[in-house]
Amino acid sequence: MTLTHSLKTALGGLHGNKSRSALTILGIVIGITAIMLVLSLGAGAQDLVLDQVQGMGSKTIIAIPGREPSGPSDFANVFLDSLKERDLQSLENKANVPYAEDVMPIVFGTVRMTYQNETYQATVLGGGSGEKNDVMGEIFDIYPDRGSFFSAADVQSKAPVAVIGSKVREHLFLNIDPLGKKIRINDKTFQVIGVLGKKGQVSFFNFDDMVLVPYTTAGQYLLGRKYFDRIVVSATSEDRIRETVRDIEETLRNNHNITDPEKDDFFVETQADLAERVKMITTALTLFLSGVAGISLFVGGVGIMNIMLVSVTERTREIGLRKALGATSKDILTQFLFEAVILTLLGGAIGIVLGSGLSFAISFAISKFALNTWSFSFPYLGAVLGLFVSGVVGLVFGLYPARTASRKTPIDALRYE
Amino acid sequence: MSLIETKHLSKTYVENGVETAALRNVSITISEGEFLAIMGPSGSGKSTLLHILGFLDRESGGEYRFQGETFSNLPDDTLAEIRNKKLGFIFQSFNLLPHFSVLHNVCLPLSYSRVPESEWETRGKRAIESVQLSHRTNYPSVKLSGGEKQRVAIARALVNEPSVILADEPTGNLDSKSGQSIMEILERLNKEGHTIILITHETYTAEHAGRIIRLKDGEVESDVRVERRRSTAEGFVK
Repeated sequence: MTLTHSLKTALGGLHGNKSRSALTILGIVIGITAIMLVLSLGAGAQDLVLDQVQGMGSKTIIAIPGREPSGPSDFANVFLDSLKERDLQSLENKANVPYAEDVMPIVFGTVRMTYQNETYQATVLGGGSGEKNDVMGEIFDIYPDRGSFFSAADVQSKAPVAVIGSKVREHLFLNIDPLGKKIRINDKTFQVIGVLGKKGQVSFFNFDDMVLVPYTTAGQYLLGRKYFDRIVVSATSEDRIRETVRDIEETLRNNHNITDPEKDDFFVETQADLAERVKMITTALTLFLSGVAGISLFVGGVGIMNIMLVSVTERTREIGLRKALGATSKDILTQFLFEAVILTLLGGAIGIVLGSGLSFAISFAISKFALNTWSFSFPYLGAVLGLFVSGVVGLVFGLYPARTASRKTPIDALRYE
Repeated sequence: MSLIETKHLSKTYVENGVETAALRNVSITISEGEFLAIMGPSGSGKSTLLHILGFLDRESGGEYRFQGETFSNLPDDTLAEIRNKKLGFIFQSFNLLPHFSVLHNVCLPLSYSRVPESEWETRGKRAIESVQLSHRTNYPSVKLSGGEKQRVAIARALVNEPSVILADEPTGNLDSKSGQSIMEILERLNKEGHTIILITHETYTAEHAGRIIRLKDGEVESDVRVERRRSTAEGFVK
């Protein structure tokens, strides 16, 4: 029997029981829809987070004080003050870290800002470099819309100058040009020298809600501490990242008199590592949810098997007739397997259309009402996988009913009432 | 050479440990071109005999030769091939696929044969024409009358140009007029050279045949030639 004819025969068999066929594939439709949703939204979430992580630039390396958490209970809460001025100087030294392009310490904290009668709670981010102008701009890839960043000289002199984010500006200076105005941050007077445009989320920072000042000013003058929250190093090129990470680690260990890397009081993370971790988490989540959707596919498969068995019993006479007319057991097996696979493939195809339609709608809603950086991605892999899986479900769960059909003897099948 | 030859054919069923003999010691010979009716009351073994002759079932003992060859020990798939190529079946309950067209039903045996698909339609239409149903070619078979359904079944039996047509009570589910027309078609096919084996329990149907074998309790009771058919004019009707 030819393939096309098998197909026609199977389609004819299904056609005779349209409403039942439709109900039968419902389980598969739901399963594949769920998988498509999970994969599409999972990919969307991953893209979003990766976008933010990578906003900082792929050549960026971050030294973080404390110990890298080895488990959920061991969260990094020790040695939070381990990165100091001396470490910064050592890292800036080309003899220690030859492929460091920029080195910038970061200090952050929450501050109260006041301008005349307006008060606003914002995050202060201390950064910049005493050696080079515009380091902050280079590392975060942000520049003031108006005015300028503080210079290396400002950093050296602990100048009380500030660059404010767009939201801070809206709150403190409604209809006033903030440039040159004196504001108070935690009761210390600063001069506004720059205003950032609307940025949204960059990496883990929301610059709209921030006030940027030289790290020297932020550390001792504003927050009263001598350690850094981060030291950011950008490598000269992506090929030098591994090497630079090692150089940073060795320099810091040297400074802190550490010989055993297990006892590090800091950890060094690259943007690539971070991206990797985010990917791992979203992948694990996606896999888990797909597993849940897989259960519905399994249930759908059992439903198919059940209905196919009923169908085989109902069509016993047809099987007998076909055998009498010359069908072999293999012909009958093929016919019923085809029917099962067509059913599940059809269910899979409907699920793919439904699933991508739904996830498009959800993505649209998210980007409209919540996160404007969310984007819809059609899960091509999911579609191929979904179709494949639904075909396999049909084969697996159709096999038993098809075998039952093929084993009927022509006589018994013809006599069946 | 005879087309079909059985020697001491027997068939025993075992159910719940009890043996029941459906056929015993049946020795018959059927020549090519014959029109044979097998008669007998229900339980006489006539259907069992037809099933064995049609390779739908296997004998328990004795010998069955078809065109001089014995197939008893061959696998099911080979028997399926013989059924497909050499035999045409007509059943009491028509056994058409209701949702398919007349043409599809008639071509069904071709789909299990080696006949190339390009020839199916021509062959199918020719068979439909021979039972005068050309105007129904694309009708779904569920919409046909009983007599038309049985004519479709005859066309289906003919489509592979078999050596023998086996008809199991073909008029059993039909009114006398439709039954009569079915028998006329079978008679005509026989005149055209087809070998026909007919099962019936009605004498007036059996007398369309040239020879009647009567079975009783699984044994051949009589095997006679029909000398003169009693006609409807003599009031011999259903």
